[in-house]
Amino acid sequence: MSGKTGYRTPLSRARGLGSAKDGVGHFIGQRASAIALLFLLLWGVWSALKLAPLGYEGAAGWLHSPIHAALLVLLLATGFYHVRLGAQVIIEDYVHTPITKTLSLLANTFLCYGALVLAALSVLKVAFSVSGAV
Amino acid sequence: MADVKADGGAPALRPKPLSPHLQVWRWHITMAASILHRVTGVGMYVGALILTGWAVSLAGGPDAYAGYMNLLGSPLGKLVLFGLTVAVFFHMANGVRHLVWDYGKGFQPKTADFTAVVAMAFAVVAAVAVWAIALIMGAAG
Repeated sequence: MSGKTGYRTPLSRARGLGSAKDGVGHFIGQRASAIALLFLLLWGVWSALKLAPLGYEGAAGWLHSPIHAALLVLLLATGFYHVRLGAQVIIEDYVHTPITKTLSLLANTFLCYGALVLAALSVLKVAFSVSGAV
Repeated sequence: MADVKADGGAPALRPKPLSPHLQVWRWHITMAASILHRVTGVGMYVGALILTGWAVSLAGGPDAYAGYMNLLGSPLGKLVLFGLTVAVFFHMANGVRHLVWDYGKGFQPKTADFTAVVAMAFAVVAAVAVWAIALIMGAAG
């Protein structure tokens, strides 16, 4: 940067660079997932109420229903997607050191997708297992 | 801004006026709602990880599941879960507020104040109602 552009002020350097061009996607994704989560979370709270007193057999049996398994995977996928976008905004608001910021954003993405895959595979394992066996 | 001179060799700039920050704002209900939206959002990040732990323990078998449910059923576990219930309902109600704002409505100060109070009240009432139902159904025992 210090070579050809050395005489330019920071403002003139920023002008014309434009935005990152992907802000609208973030904005719409956050809202689309919010609308889905409105319904999925109400179902999730209701399901938690039903499952809490049941114990292992009840919970595993509940997941043998394809509808329950599908809705739970949808809740997890939409939830982690929404949470990743939200945490990204918080990181971008408060973390300004370039390396720390990049690492935080990377950790956020890895954690969300990693946990999502772990949770979804767990749900599917129980959903596809023969009742009585794990 | 510290690297401006080293980086670009730009002439030394007068310190620019800063926008007002937290300490000069009069505390306000809409500000509290905004901060709470962020806090509850982070809370639900943790909630999603707790749900992940539940699914993993269920896949791990009866012993792992019983252990995890004991953890969630401990006094601390219940406190966290109740906090998450409040967080879910607040973030949900305040999220609807945001969706209405996206549509261009609800920005009048009185309306914004009122909906902030409604979101907070809804969160507490809904969470207490859910836990009352849980007690009746024997879930929280």
